[in-house]
Amino acid sequence: MSFIRRQRYLVDYILSSMLRRKGKNFGLMLVYSLIVFMLASVMLFTHALKQEMGLLLQASPEIILQRMVAGRHDFIPETYLEKMGRIRGVTERKGRLWGYLYDPSVKANYTLMVAEDQALDATEVIIGSAIARARGIVPGDYITFRSFDGESYSFQIKSLLDHETEIVSADLVLLNRKAYRALFGVGEGVYTDIVLSVSNAREVPKIAEKLVQRLPDTRPILKQEVLRTYDAIFSWRQGILFVLLAGAIMAFVIFAWDKASGLSAEEKREIGILKSIGWETSDVLHMKFWEGAVVSLLSFFIGYLFAYLHVFYASASLFEPVLKGWAVLYPQFQLIPSVDGLQVATLFFFTVFPYVVATIIPIWQVAITDPDAVMR
Amino acid sequence: MRKSDHFFILLLTMATLFLVSLVDTARGVAESTVRMDRTRSLISQLGLSDPALFTEARYTRHLSQADLHSAFQDHPMAMEHFPSGSLLMPPQHEAGK
Amino acid sequence: MNRISLDNVTKVFNQGRPNEYAAIRGVSLTIEPNKVTCLKGPSGSGKSTLLSMIGCLSRPSSGRIHLGDQMISGLPERFLTDIRRHTFGFIFQQFNLIAGLSVIENVILPAYPLAPDHQSLMMRAHELLARFELDHKADSQVQWLSGGEAQRAAICRALINNPQILIADEPTANLDTKLSHAFMGQMSQLRKLGKTVLITSHDPVVFDSPVVDSVVELLDGSVFLGEEHAA
Repeated sequence: MSFIRRQRYLVDYILSSMLRRKGKNFGLMLVYSLIVFMLASVMLFTHALKQEMGLLLQASPEIILQRMVAGRHDFIPETYLEKMGRIRGVTERKGRLWGYLYDPSVKANYTLMVAEDQALDATEVIIGSAIARARGIVPGDYITFRSFDGESYSFQIKSLLDHETEIVSADLVLLNRKAYRALFGVGEGVYTDIVLSVSNAREVPKIAEKLVQRLPDTRPILKQEVLRTYDAIFSWRQGILFVLLAGAIMAFVIFAWDKASGLSAEEKREIGILKSIGWETSDVLHMKFWEGAVVSLLSFFIGYLFAYLHVFYASASLFEPVLKGWAVLYPQFQLIPSVDGLQVATLFFFTVFPYVVATIIPIWQVAITDPDAVMR
Repeated sequence: MRKSDHFFILLLTMATLFLVSLVDTARGVAESTVRMDRTRSLISQLGLSDPALFTEARYTRHLSQADLHSAFQDHPMAMEHFPSGSLLMPPQHEAGK
Repeated sequence: MNRISLDNVTKVFNQGRPNEYAAIRGVSLTIEPNKVTCLKGPSGSGKSTLLSMIGCLSRPSSGRIHLGDQMISGLPERFLTDIRRHTFGFIFQQFNLIAGLSVIENVILPAYPLAPDHQSLMMRAHELLARFELDHKADSQVQWLSGGEAQRAAICRALINNPQILIADEPTANLDTKLSHAFMGQMSQLRKLGKTVLITSHDPVVFDSPVVDSVVELLDGSVFLGEEHAA
């Protein structure tokens, strides 16, 4: 009880003391919070994105089969569907038709895809929400694409893809098979690639092996590889952001070190006074601990909480330019709040602990001086 | 009220909000199931393999599909994610548009 | 009531080094309780050094200091701090108040490590401030105080832990004559309350004051001459 009472008195003192230099201390806390905010935002965002992609892409096909010609991805003949024969464990196989179309009017790349089960007419398309936003069009409007031979084809927009699925569908244009072939000049009898569904995930590597044996000019892409790719790519993006932040962090470290460790003559004198009026070395150190703790704890919480709001309630809008890069179409999405406890603990440790230590260490020297120093 | 009381109340509030944020993650999962299910069904229906996060070029749009070493393609203003990209300017006639 | 007695006390600084220097050489004296004693002497005579040893701020190189029955010269620092907190109140030259803090915050500072109940501490502080006519200034910052007010704030701070013995090091060095007289008046008030007061000074206002019961004169670290004053 007396310990708590004593700590409260020490907090009283350090707050009074810090309030004397309001500007400096609030400025420090602001910069500190900002750093935590940036780090926490990157952390939460990449973690949530990884998590989300991991969950979503579970629904993607187990195997995508591409045909390679001269080391490049090429159309795969329909006959390959029969050529591969019956493979045990494959529950479904179908050819996909898709491609990219560059739209010079908004300088955006669309992903055009044939959707058989949407029952589209040859002059109808379903588009992703980001395209509708970029072009300012609504269902019922017409959109014109230039075909491979310079012809212009107009399509009526039948509907938009569900806004909630934007993270995977922002730039999609779904169209009829006939329209696709006319637009790209792709003849009958070929697909872009073939997708296979496998019910038992453990059979996938065996099936992939068989596919390569039977169809030596193809490359199977497994779902596990896709998931790994995204795990890696987001770690990589996170790494880039951390590197960019490193400069800011270094500057802050220097500033904080200087602020925390540089004892002014005035501060030394004050510690002398405190010792002479009966404070022990441990009292002074506890008091200094609280100085570090007040700044770093509050900054951590402020930074983290704002990062949480930023990432999960403001769609990580500050990162949009980074992720967007040169792209024109960008999905609007709200990530599922998801936090990695270990990451948060690491962030806490690396932001709070060093600052508290940097505050206490230099005081040690002064705090162990003789209490009669003020009388000399 | 003492200064330390103000501080501890503030700290307690922050810590509570922090805990609330952790609880919020659980709530978020439940709320997003509908959205997740819809997105998943679209993915399996169309056989999608990649998110539409990086639409600037073919090898970024479908990262898992593209040959990862096929740089210098597609969008005329595309920046590379390879180091060589940082040495080459985008075509000037395009940049000036 | 605790009598303080010093027995052949010496204090050597930088012992064993070429700049070794004996500030106090074999001082023996007794300080009676509930009296005002003045350590008089020119600067460099060792007054402050002696005072800091009596006040448990430092320890003698040799010799013994007794506080009542307890020998305090051999105690480790932890115990010294404890004795210092409960037994001594300090008033320094220039008062050594902490700028930027309010008067009341300065006054209660010595009580922080003892962690008394906050409410009763505040009550005690306000009582003290009222006694020294400073209550109206309780919440003003100390750097805006006049010399006399700062001096009284320093006295209040010295008294907050209700110490038996009050130690003042050159308290009038920065005060004009009027304030110096006022200070001595406050010291007599403290003696009436039963406190032992120990002052170092080379100010005649202090050592010639009727408030002072006895004067110990120091010269080059030794007691020069003991003079008894009539109270």
